[in-house]
Amino acid sequence: MALPREGTYGLLAEFDTPTALVEAAKAAHDAGWRRLDCYAPYPLEEAAEVIGFHKNRVPLLTLVGGLMGLCAMFSLETWISTLAYPLNIAGRPTYSWPAFVVPAYEWTILFAGLSAAFGMLALNGLPSLYHPLFNAPNFRSSATVDKFFLCLEATDPKFDRVETKNFLEGFHPNSVVEVEY
Amino acid sequence: MATRDLTTVDPRVDPATGELRVLAPGQSFKSVTAKIADIVLTPHTSLGWLMLFSIGGAGATMLLVAVTWLFLKGVGIWAITQPVAWGFAIINFVWWIGIGHAGTLISAILLLFKQGWRNSINRFAEAMTIFAVVCAGLFPLIHVGRPWLAYWLFPYPNTMNVWPQFRSPLLWDVFAVSTYATISVVFWYVGLVPDFGTMRDRTKSKFGQYIYGMLSLGWRGNVKHWMRYETASLLLAGLATPLVLSVHTVISFDFAVAILPGWHTTIFPPYFVAGAVYSGFAMVLTLAIPLRKVYKLEGLVTDRHIDNMGKVMLATGGIVAYGYGMEVFMSWYSASHWEFFMMWNRMFGPIGWSYWMLIACNIAIPLTTLWVRKWRTNLAFMFVMSLIVNTGMWFERFVIVVTSLYRDFLPSSWGTYRATKWDYMTYAGTFGLFLSLFLLFIRFVPMIPMHEIKMMLPAAKVKSEAVEAGD
Repeated sequence: MALPREGTYGLLAEFDTPTALVEAAKAAHDAGWRRLDCYAPYPLEEAAEVIGFHKNRVPLLTLVGGLMGLCAMFSLETWISTLAYPLNIAGRPTYSWPAFVVPAYEWTILFAGLSAAFGMLALNGLPSLYHPLFNAPNFRSSATVDKFFLCLEATDPKFDRVETKNFLEGFHPNSVVEVEY
Repeated sequence: MATRDLTTVDPRVDPATGELRVLAPGQSFKSVTAKIADIVLTPHTSLGWLMLFSIGGAGATMLLVAVTWLFLKGVGIWAITQPVAWGFAIINFVWWIGIGHAGTLISAILLLFKQGWRNSINRFAEAMTIFAVVCAGLFPLIHVGRPWLAYWLFPYPNTMNVWPQFRSPLLWDVFAVSTYATISVVFWYVGLVPDFGTMRDRTKSKFGQYIYGMLSLGWRGNVKHWMRYETASLLLAGLATPLVLSVHTVISFDFAVAILPGWHTTIFPPYFVAGAVYSGFAMVLTLAIPLRKVYKLEGLVTDRHIDNMGKVMLATGGIVAYGYGMEVFMSWYSASHWEFFMMWNRMFGPIGWSYWMLIACNIAIPLTTLWVRKWRTNLAFMFVMSLIVNTGMWFERFVIVVTSLYRDFLPSSWGTYRATKWDYMTYAGTFGLFLSLFLLFIRFVPMIPMHEIKMMLPAAKVKSEAVEAGD
């Protein structure tokens, strides 16, 4: 996606309560805004819902990772025990699959867990140490502490510096600031 | 903030439920952040911290000395010999890893059961898990005789064309413990990412901003990110739950797969897991009681937490007591001469006192007193109790390892076990290592998850559209 790397990133409204944020976000989404994001100091499910974010793909990645771990370890064990280095342990068959279950089980969990954590970060586009919003001093000081933010982004076709500002002012935020790249 | 005016006798009790409160009333997003973050962000390091850290450092240094001497001389400096070839190293390994289990239980299982009260204690309980696993993992590594070849435990292509033997529980242990360590660290770090963001935004120092900024990975609280984050946390919790149960189960297989009387029993997996949780909660109490006192966290780690942990200890202690009872019953019911002798020797043999220590510390004292809520919320009592239980759990592992080994089937091969000073130094040294790591954690990392506490505040709820905005 080609984003303009200069000029305005968007307009950022600051709210005191989660309720005010959710109401503003809902109104903006209903008015046709699609390039917008909400920011909160803790998981605020309602805000994600009202801007049309219902499903994510972390569970799928986790499932795929877990199955990969399971197959990798089970086939490694089978290959080692039957072909690469067959050992006679108390006369047991070389392919003694019940004994292989435990390490395969552990690797299922290992791969699934790593996929969940790194998949979540990748889908979120993290790590990304720079973001234009950090240029807004009020975002920088309170987005992770106690304030709630709604950002209407300049890439949305509805974006207009003056009209959008007025639109945001209508929700009685603490402030509306323009964020530069 | 508007709090309803209620006439209640005890301010610690929530009138709506009649239970003790999870969080003290009258806290805001800002006050919670300030309370937790400022413990770390103060430039002033307290004298008490420095003193404790020097004690921990001295212990860790002693560990280094003991391990260095071990590497130079070999495991012969320990008391292990025939017939007791598994001594302190295995006892301490099982003991430490058991302590770690409570952290995972709190962070994972209680999250799945939506036990909100866990939020205050899960971060440092998880840190406890990681540091306990560090101490635990050390023992098998230094026990292998030639620790510089410990990587032979892993399957990797090598010029010798030799591969591990996958039918041995000892190898299963390698995978169980390494997975456990990895997932614990990942789960802990994922939990920390948003809080590192808060630290980045709050710290005044340039250096702190760099470090916390790096660690936070650029977290900015986007609600879509939060949704994926919550999903990932839940999935990690769902994965850590079977993992934690499997780890101690696999460790119990190390014993149960052998044919030795006292080890060869099917009750080991559940009884090991319950014992692990029992000792782990005791350790959480040992850490939480002084921490909340020193850092004045009574509003976040309330009497409800202490009370609930007492209840969990009561339940797991009960399971452990059942395990002990079953062992005694089976040694009689099996009609096996060897089983019967093992139990008699365990109770009345030359080191029978260790069995009675474990009965006293794990059953007689805690399971008679923890029923009383007044005592469960008495801090001094619970602190002493936590130490007693952990002593008892150490003796449990001692009894299992030593009394089954030192008098086996053939009387001519009977021996005894007397730990050497190097055994004691190594064990005591791991306390130093644990204490040092834990102190570094509380000095540099927010010890209570801020975003999870914020979720529990009344102000965090979105009121329905009909209700007027604002609080």
